[in-house]
Amino acid sequence: MYVAVKGGEAAIANAHRLLAERRRGDPAVPALTVDQILQQLSLAVDRVMGEGSLYDRRLAALAIKQARGDLVEAIFLVRAYRTTLPRFGASLPVDTGKMAVERRISATFKDLPGGQVLGPTFDYTHRLLDPDLEGEAEPEPAATAEDPGEGAMARVTDLLGEAGLIEPDPESDGEPGDLTREPLSFPAPREVRLQALARGDEGFLLALGYSTQRGFARSHPFAAEIRMGEVEVEIEVPGMDFSVPLGRLKVTECQMVNQFRGSAAAPPQFTRGYGLVFGHAERKAMAMALCDRALRARELGEDETAPAQDGEFVISHCDNVQATGFVEHLKLPHYVDFQAELELIRRLRAEFEDREGGQEREAAE
Amino acid sequence: MSTAQEKPETPYNFAYLDEQTKRMIRRAILKAVAIPGYQVPFASREMPMPYGWGTGGVQVTASLIGPDDVLKVIDQGADDTTNAVSIRSFFAKVAGVKTTTHTKEASLIQTRHRVPEMPLSENQILVYQVPIPEPLRFLEPRETETRLMHALEEYGLMHVKLYEDIARHGHIATTYAYPVKVEGRYVMDPSPIPKFDNPKLTNSPALQLFGAGREKRIYALPPYTRVESLDFEDHPFRVQEFSEPCGLCGASGVYLDEVILDDHGGRMFVCSDTDHCEGRREAGHRGHLAGAMGAPGAEAAE
Amino acid sequence: MKADALSGGFFDPVFGAQAVFRALLRALSRPGEIENLPGLVRPPTPLNPAAAAVIACLADADTPIFLDRPLAESEAVRDWIGFHIGAPIVSLAGRATFAVISDPEKMPPLADFWLGTEEYPDRSTTLVLQVTGFEGSRTLTLQGPGIAETSALAPDPLPARLIGQLEENRRIFPRGVDIVFASRHAIAGLPRSTRILNGAA
Repeated sequence: MYVAVKGGEAAIANAHRLLAERRRGDPAVPALTVDQILQQLSLAVDRVMGEGSLYDRRLAALAIKQARGDLVEAIFLVRAYRTTLPRFGASLPVDTGKMAVERRISATFKDLPGGQVLGPTFDYTHRLLDPDLEGEAEPEPAATAEDPGEGAMARVTDLLGEAGLIEPDPESDGEPGDLTREPLSFPAPREVRLQALARGDEGFLLALGYSTQRGFARSHPFAAEIRMGEVEVEIEVPGMDFSVPLGRLKVTECQMVNQFRGSAAAPPQFTRGYGLVFGHAERKAMAMALCDRALRARELGEDETAPAQDGEFVISHCDNVQATGFVEHLKLPHYVDFQAELELIRRLRAEFEDREGGQEREAAE
Repeated sequence: MSTAQEKPETPYNFAYLDEQTKRMIRRAILKAVAIPGYQVPFASREMPMPYGWGTGGVQVTASLIGPDDVLKVIDQGADDTTNAVSIRSFFAKVAGVKTTTHTKEASLIQTRHRVPEMPLSENQILVYQVPIPEPLRFLEPRETETRLMHALEEYGLMHVKLYEDIARHGHIATTYAYPVKVEGRYVMDPSPIPKFDNPKLTNSPALQLFGAGREKRIYALPPYTRVESLDFEDHPFRVQEFSEPCGLCGASGVYLDEVILDDHGGRMFVCSDTDHCEGRREAGHRGHLAGAMGAPGAEAAE
Repeated sequence: MKADALSGGFFDPVFGAQAVFRALLRALSRPGEIENLPGLVRPPTPLNPAAAAVIACLADADTPIFLDRPLAESEAVRDWIGFHIGAPIVSLAGRATFAVISDPEKMPPLADFWLGTEEYPDRSTTLVLQVTGFEGSRTLTLQGPGIAETSALAPDPLPARLIGQLEENRRIFPRGVDIVFASRHAIAGLPRSTRILNGAA
């Protein structure tokens, strides 16, 4: 006997209870605290903050817990919360030259003012699983510099810029666009592209950046500088003639410099690709810088031949919240359209068989 | 099902969206109404449900809905498909509005993939969830190009595609999201409704609004707007026909779902519009398989 | 800023704006229909309550507003808009998302407003024209989307030259402006898609 499907509401509620149970796992194991995630999975927290486009470590940690460690799901939670927040104004551009540097390296100079500061990096670790981490072993305390100084170090691109060897920082003309408040139109200006890349999926940008290194839009990049640390955020208040500090953010900045042989309008010089991401997110900042440079092809008079150079392609597809939603929406019922296609396929097959049958009869005659 | 509450108890604004966002969407809706069939870009927000799951329709509904509205939500024509249930309970929670499954009681109907069978009235608004609003997208993936094609009213590519179907199959092989032309100007995607529903779009007394959240577009068909499905003089537009009536209520001339009953090829056809089907059964109509069904409307849970 | 600029906004900003929007949506999707808009806001004169409700519903800091001279010259009106809506007031009609006209007889030609482009026809001005009522001496016969057969609209005043400009506005479709007529307590819509059957001819 046929029984129409009913009771979606109860089924959904039951599924959600099961989800909550699975999230908790075995109750004999202590529950993860948000503080533990915040402290011990801090790079996951940073990724969720960056792609969630909301600087709030605690909410990002909570989202990771709620999402059972699914970072794209956690990013989605943070984005959905972010939508509900009012916008009070635009801050002044942060000055990464005044960053309290925790890490700063340059691949283009052996040494430079301020030195190479490795900081907390996986670089040069041997990737050997460490069974000691199964236990409660506490790490040895790290050495601290005798004179940490102020932390402020000149940016490598500023050092190069003095000699005119590298294009200058682009002039800022007023308030930058904001793709969360205005619909995107193509071609998008660079600051909007950078916003999209900063919110974009790390894996997607990594693959695209990688493709530029393999000849799809070859741009000869050098990592002029990667720096990570805290910067001050300030806002101008109408009626006051000084800016007001709002707080500090940890960010990772990557400046790639690229060879450029010059064009009719511009002399030969190094050009830049730029990456700036919340938290400690070096892979993302580097991939972003590679993509930014590739997307400047038209502006610099280069041929647009590769996926990474195609602004509409990259910007339309880099957002993992959009991508996951649309890919996963295929789970929703589509039986009405499928019915329409089923009817069409049956009809096309019947026509096909008629033709085949006709030919066979002709052949037999 | 109907539960009107005084003031919804959520930490969010009425109907979830903040007022600034509603203003932005309302401005886009009014421009959409003024330029029927044209896709107005809007700064779609991240909603608490995934992109592709009705965020455009939800944002349009959230910008329209008021305390006096009665909301119906359908997916595939049914009120109790999981996503319809989820969206309906979202609005019951964040707007505290009355909800209904009865088409004629609703002032606002949000839909995915179907137009209700019952003709709509002047006091109703139909909100469609749209995945890909651009009818030319599968012919030309670039927004910069398709925008120009709409500006220049350059729709030759679409006709070529449809004509290729005819050359190959003898008829147009598009069964859903079948493109329409609005008031002789804009080619428009009617959302993935079966082409069976296309004739309901033209000259409707109800306002029809289309929201695409991920693609950030809103478009509209005002009431009494001329909407023509694209076709050729020698190959006029035709809708699907079903060889048998609804097995439950005996309706013909409605869109049917094929339901597989067992693994030896047993199947039946039933109304896709569940409210329409239930209404007919309550009025005493019986399909040829209704005998096996027990009392009308007495379906078991799950 | 005078104290009365601080009062007279929506009594309930959420439901007030929602009610006005639904009236606007009906007005613009059914050209010729008159929608009552009972006093939801109390603006200073010469801004009328329905026109004020329309801009309070739709305008904000993102949408520049053009005011015709009598409105622009009223400090009370400018203050009220500044406080309740926060929209920047612009003197160039071609830059305005919204325009409020208190004296249609002396308004700038429609072609001076923001008309949009063929690619983005939506980026155009919505005009709010204050009128005394909808029983003027000249009745426009309307046809187009939103109208089953024909409909009638008789805003008072209706300057003769505006009729010709409205026909030109229809001719440049999909570009063009959209119009909301606002008497003190009612509105009617005239979107760019509407044709006027008894125009200048």
